[in-house]
Amino acid sequence: MKDAVETPPDRTLARIPEVGSAPIGSDAERYLSELWESPPGWRGWLSTVDHKEIGLRYLVTSFIFLLIGGVEALIMRVQLAGPDRHLLTPEQYNQLFTMHGITMIFLYALPVLSGFSNYLWPLMLGSRDMAFPRLNALSYWLFLFAGLFLYASFPLGEGANAGWFNYVPLSGPEYNTGPNIDVYALGMVLLGISTTVGAVNFIVTLFRMRAPGMSIDKVPILVWGTLTASVANLFAVPSVSLAFFLLWLDRQNGTHFFDPLNGGKPMLWQHLFWMFGHPWVYVIVLPAMGIVSDALPTFCRRPLVGYAAVALSTMATMLLGFGVWIHHMFATGLPALAISFFGATSLAISIPSAVAVFAWIATIWLGRPVFQTPFLFFAGFVLLFVIGGLSGVMTAAVPLDLQLNDTYFVVAHLHYVLLGINVFPVIGGVYYWFPKFCGRMMNETWGKWSFWVLFIGFNLGFFPMHVAGLLGMPRRIYTYAPNMGWNTVNLITSIGSFVFAAGVLIFLANIAVSLKRGALAPQNPWDAPTLEWAVPSPPPPYNFAVIPLIASRHPLWEDRLDAAEGRSNLQTGYLLMDGRETLGTTALDAVPDVILKMPDDTYAPFFLALFSSLGFAGLLLDWNRFTFLMTAAAGLSLVAWMWPRQKLVQRVPGVSRVTEAGRG
Amino acid sequence: MHDSGSEYRHCVAAGSAFFPLAFGGMPDMAMAAEAAPLNYFLHSDGPASLPTMHLGWVFTAVVVAVLAIIALLLAGALFRKRTLAAPRTVGRENEGMRWIYIGTGLSTAALFALAVYMLITLDKVAQPTQTPALAVTVTAYDWWWKVEYDDDDPSRRFVTANEIHIPVGRPVRVRLQSADVIHAFWAPRLAGKTQMIPGLQNRQWLQADAEGIYRGQCVQFCGLQHAHMGFEIVAQSPVAFQAWQDAQRKAAAPASEPDAAAGRKFFIEQCAGCHSVRGTDAGGKHAPDLTHLNSRRMLAAGLLTNTAEHRIEWITRVQALKPGARMPAFALTPGETAALSAFLSTLD
Repeated sequence: MKDAVETPPDRTLARIPEVGSAPIGSDAERYLSELWESPPGWRGWLSTVDHKEIGLRYLVTSFIFLLIGGVEALIMRVQLAGPDRHLLTPEQYNQLFTMHGITMIFLYALPVLSGFSNYLWPLMLGSRDMAFPRLNALSYWLFLFAGLFLYASFPLGEGANAGWFNYVPLSGPEYNTGPNIDVYALGMVLLGISTTVGAVNFIVTLFRMRAPGMSIDKVPILVWGTLTASVANLFAVPSVSLAFFLLWLDRQNGTHFFDPLNGGKPMLWQHLFWMFGHPWVYVIVLPAMGIVSDALPTFCRRPLVGYAAVALSTMATMLLGFGVWIHHMFATGLPALAISFFGATSLAISIPSAVAVFAWIATIWLGRPVFQTPFLFFAGFVLLFVIGGLSGVMTAAVPLDLQLNDTYFVVAHLHYVLLGINVFPVIGGVYYWFPKFCGRMMNETWGKWSFWVLFIGFNLGFFPMHVAGLLGMPRRIYTYAPNMGWNTVNLITSIGSFVFAAGVLIFLANIAVSLKRGALAPQNPWDAPTLEWAVPSPPPPYNFAVIPLIASRHPLWEDRLDAAEGRSNLQTGYLLMDGRETLGTTALDAVPDVILKMPDDTYAPFFLALFSSLGFAGLLLDWNRFTFLMTAAAGLSLVAWMWPRQKLVQRVPGVSRVTEAGRG
Repeated sequence: MHDSGSEYRHCVAAGSAFFPLAFGGMPDMAMAAEAAPLNYFLHSDGPASLPTMHLGWVFTAVVVAVLAIIALLLAGALFRKRTLAAPRTVGRENEGMRWIYIGTGLSTAALFALAVYMLITLDKVAQPTQTPALAVTVTAYDWWWKVEYDDDDPSRRFVTANEIHIPVGRPVRVRLQSADVIHAFWAPRLAGKTQMIPGLQNRQWLQADAEGIYRGQCVQFCGLQHAHMGFEIVAQSPVAFQAWQDAQRKAAAPASEPDAAAGRKFFIEQCAGCHSVRGTDAGGKHAPDLTHLNSRRMLAAGLLTNTAEHRIEWITRVQALKPGARMPAFALTPGETAALSAFLSTLD
């Protein structure tokens, strides 16, 4: 057995950690369990900082939002199934499509990926938790409360109603007098806090929490995807938070940022929104592409082709993604020369996507595919990804986009992108990691049924939308006349949407039944190569009894890959059990750097999130005294959070150099 | 758990079902045969949209070809015959890079060619080759269109609504502005769309090469009645266009018949706050100018054909036909109905 880590632990460690092993059932293992377990009952439920618990909550909550958004879509499809139907009033329709967009884009698409990443990152990286467990809890609670906030006015018939991109002046004080847009504006600022702290946590976790030996070129692609998305969030979210904050000031405090009668600029909104909006598209697809890049190879019985190329293409997509926002604004009358640059960049952004597509196809081609349910979703995804990408190429062509823009062609394109590249990998990912999450296998027969029903329903529902767009059907119309030539395509779309919904139901039924009666899952049911499959299903609260030593990208396939790579060591490693501890390593090479003292469970994040959200509710309702009280309470929660604790001190002065040499 | 033999059977079973479905959503182009007045993909009637239509065809052809190639590669990757191997073996890490080099290289070349073609097309449709024959200012309102015909001589200017007449075969400059929220002007068979943004004046041009009626539509979400904000462009021979302009410049004919006179009185009392009829005291600026209402084919921004019955139906049931429209519904007595109807019929 060759050790992955040749260098002795860094001298700056507070102490030289004991190296050993802690097999299941040993005293050491039991002690670790006690250390890391959350208290039972509601106390643990409100105070846990376990990334696995938080990850599952993200997944479940975002799936509930997906179902709500889906029901909204179905109601709209009933309205649009034929011409001149009057199931919904125009106002109801406008609120439905706006809430559908907000729900799917903000409350489902990113949070669901955060759920996967939260659950999987420490397991994939060989750590015992995220870098900032309490911040992690805060980001979940803020997401939940922001979601409830955004929905608060909808049951009262006062939901947001100006479309998810909420153009001014339609969303301004003059044309939107109800609370509808105030709820949306404040809710988005609140949600922006959640997204930002979540992004910070992911970035620091990647750079500091990898197992020793897992240098930056050995992390799974999902990690690259989420890292890229998180860095992008730090740049993109401020733009939209600012836009919504300025809008709220316009609406409630008499400013004129967007008011053309007083020197404001409606175009400012479009720029601020799309400087955020386009990177966001990649934020909600890159981690999902990462899911495929990591899980597809498992079912192809070979490593991903072109790991480095795919990782680089992930980042290249994002860099270019910050330079294409104008392609949402080709029709705003900007000079032809200016928009031609953005059109060309928008075409160029397909190049990194081509890298990924050919990497996936080569992986399947050179591998030996095993047609299990997750694989069906990933293979189907490749085709949907290509369709969504190609229709994107069409909309990047400026003159053509001046026709396609704001028609159903764009609706088709964005659904191929968001369902094809987000929902299909997500459902495939649930089938793949469900055994890890819940310790039970999902049913294969039902799984295959769910795939085919979803795949057929999806294409039946969304492909005809391309045709509707080419026939000139505008987006966001609550009804249409019978003589426009759109009757047949809309009927097919409506039928397809219900078939798709049936597929979702089969999937949910499969989850419900498998949770109770699924076969017990072994540690590594798919014979997968990555680290999360090296721990029991479901993982123990401490994740890894010993911090593993990593030598390759495929620690569980090393005995079978003929490359002359080192051998990882998953059985013996640093024990680290002086309280909740894990290892911090250097950013690029993952050399042990610091023993991290991890915090215990605490209510502080819950209360901070609760009081902040109530503060936002106070702003919405114009209850100034209440807002002030809630801000003070949030401040107190922060004090409790930050209160210095002896046992969280990372380095004890004077103790650090006592032990002379490591044992390595 | 992975017995290769059973895997292979899986491949075959899945293969028979996968293939047709990969193409299950292809468009049935026969559907386009239904009359679709906004179909810009198969119909173009002027030089501001024709190059774009051809661009659309080329892009579609390339995109469909790429999709077909990728689908074939994917199908081949999924179902190609493989030599049996021990179930636990895994492939080598550092192979297959040629897929990425060749695939990405070809994609890049294709995208470059498409980009060049796109820029050439953009150049063609951005500006007309000859000076526009006339300039029309279109102002979008919730949810209708004001159309102003400019002239150096102020007495020759006139205003109409929801119907734009143009001479055939000549480029027309359209100035676009908004009175309230953002709208977008789109007559797809003649030109691409342009947003109408409050505080800005945008410009585009269009030209119709054949006489006819071209449908247009607001295509930027603008609130409750975004769905019912259509317009029509009527392309006429220069002679007919001149005649139409001359007719539009005239004030409304005086209503001499008693019913019509009563109707006009009612109109001035009830409707003139918003509507104008030139030659009467009705001078409202918030709603369509109705001076030559009966010269128009449609009512209510493309919602109803312009008949005497529809005119009355619109006045009495506007909130049922177009909920949220800025015009209130009027409850008319039979006498008022007859009078108003008679007056409106005089607005030729």
